[in-house]
Amino acid sequence: MLPFILRRLATAIPTLFVVVTLSFFLMRVAPGGPFDLERPLEAKVMENLRRIYQLDQPLYQQYLTYLGALLRGDFGPSFYFRDFSIAELFAQGLPVSMRLGACALALALLIGGPLGALAAFRQNGNADHAVMGFAAAGITIPNFVVAPVLQIVFGLTLAWLPVGGWNGGALRNVILPVVTLALPQIAVIARMTRAAMIETLRANHIRTLRAQGLDGSTVALHALRASALPVVSYLGPAAAALLTGSVVVETIFGIPGIGRYFVEGALNRDYTLVMGTVVVIAVFVLVFNLAVDLLYALLDPRVRLD
Amino acid sequence: MSDSPLTPLPMIGRSLWQDARNRLMRNRAAVASLIVLGLMALSCIAGPWLTGHPYDRVYPDYVRVPASLESYPKADAIPAAVQRIAARIRATPGDVAVVGESLRLTLTSPRPIDQRLLVYFDRSDQFGTPRITANEEEGRRLALEVPLKRQRFLFGTDANGRDLLTRTLIAGRVSLAIGLLATGVALIIGVLYGAAAGYLGGRIDMLMMRVVDVLYALPFIFFVILLVVFFGRNFILMFLAVGAIEWLDMARIVRGQTLSLKRQEYVLAAEALGVTTGGIIWRHIIPNTLGPVIVYVTLLVPKVILLESFLSFLGLGVQEPMTSWGALISDGARAIQGAWWMLAFPAASLVTTLFALNFLGDGLRDALDPRDR
Repeated sequence: MLPFILRRLATAIPTLFVVVTLSFFLMRVAPGGPFDLERPLEAKVMENLRRIYQLDQPLYQQYLTYLGALLRGDFGPSFYFRDFSIAELFAQGLPVSMRLGACALALALLIGGPLGALAAFRQNGNADHAVMGFAAAGITIPNFVVAPVLQIVFGLTLAWLPVGGWNGGALRNVILPVVTLALPQIAVIARMTRAAMIETLRANHIRTLRAQGLDGSTVALHALRASALPVVSYLGPAAAALLTGSVVVETIFGIPGIGRYFVEGALNRDYTLVMGTVVVIAVFVLVFNLAVDLLYALLDPRVRLD
Repeated sequence: MSDSPLTPLPMIGRSLWQDARNRLMRNRAAVASLIVLGLMALSCIAGPWLTGHPYDRVYPDYVRVPASLESYPKADAIPAAVQRIAARIRATPGDVAVVGESLRLTLTSPRPIDQRLLVYFDRSDQFGTPRITANEEEGRRLALEVPLKRQRFLFGTDANGRDLLTRTLIAGRVSLAIGLLATGVALIIGVLYGAAAGYLGGRIDMLMMRVVDVLYALPFIFFVILLVVFFGRNFILMFLAVGAIEWLDMARIVRGQTLSLKRQEYVLAAEALGVTTGGIIWRHIIPNTLGPVIVYVTLLVPKVILLESFLSFLGLGVQEPMTSWGALISDGARAIQGAWWMLAFPAASLVTTLFALNFLGDGLRDALDPRDR
């Protein structure tokens, strides 16, 4: 197992390198610069700014400087959020986004999995149609529609929960964003669990269990293990996306996560911020894909890690 | 010797596609989705000409009027409107009465009324050109007959006073066109790339798939935002570009299919006959991967439409006065407290379309899955 992990990490490094290189140059080719304002700065001021941030050097040299700094774990200063380094911004924002994402993921698994299993056991019954209808709604209704509707219903009409804000991560403030984030995931997980479960329930080992007269819940547990495989492989990228924050949810609910940084950074040509976000997201994707492969081997003994 | 009595009757074979069509037609949800999609497309294409309002026409007097089946101006709003106009003419209105499709009133003023000012009636969205029926007291008292301009706003109007029905339909055109356009691009790139990688195999396959892996690891929004930066707000170009990003899954699916297809006898036969590699991919591999590809396409169209609405929500999508469902929804989400109709109708259109596309995709998957035969 350990050699496998090490080998995978070794192949992840070139991927990461290509990603960093590609996004570095793509970002620099884009027209405009971090200090372009509505009213242009004075030439002298601009020149000084560019010198301070080393933007006056040739591009390959900036690239090498950045790579060197990155290897030492230094993400550099932010161009847009003055007085902050990228590391500071992430230290503040990443825990917030990760906490929201982890809650949403847990909620999605806890609700989506059982719902999907239920639908599979009652295939073509009323429960099945209800779950599938709900799942279709969860996938099709965009989160920027769900979020304001939740705000209106629970925040203003019923006045049970705050409309937005983080408030140090108080439970009351977390509920609405987590639900908004979790809804589409619940839908996808329910659908995938159902599809995999229907296939598993026809398998020979499940028929054997049934023939031995085991009760429904035991059968369900055995079937769940086999049908967890496609869900697990979906969860890798999904977890990476959830934990690194959602622009829409963080904007609508006013949450200080890192989801917003990406859009703001790219629009304001905050080179270091965008690069930092790219690196963080890519690391998450790679790590979770590795985790998925390991989980796969745990769940299915037929899978060999090699 | 005639061999005709011995030849067996020709078997009427059922092709995969006929079979799939039959099964699709038996699936009620899928058929209903097809009908809904057809109606939606038809109304988005033809509807904007039939609503009687241009999509960018601003009615300053009808800002954020609620959705209603009755026509505007409403009876209870007329006196206030008359009062406002009369004040600009510097006269006092009296005896206001609605008779049929016109309004009768008298204007009185201590000084003779400047008749040129009557143009204020014309300029409003509620009234037509006034006709003077009586001119008394040397022009200090005018009796007027003003036709009412009847207008319907079935979905209400937006924050600028534009008809929401027309805008929703126009937005539907844009969203559907974008969905189809981007999916088409993704389809072409993904199928060609996946089929080539799968068929050529070996080192080329590994290299091509490594490229796909790298693109997967690049955050997708990053790409899109950069494309917006490069191409400006030209949405046709942008969605060609979005399609150029969405091909990754398609390439994987097609590659997987191709890997199993290239071991088939007919491919070997073609190879033995000396058909070129390009010819085999084009003639034998691609047509046989189309089943899963079609299913994926019906799921990709809603994905692209959602993506477009997400971009419009961020303010990066279609620019005013053009609009798309995403742009309308994002306006509506901001105005949700005062004007629910601004969110409800565009969101309902979007969700209906996406729902139908999803059910159609599910139906197609069931229909094309040979295991359920």
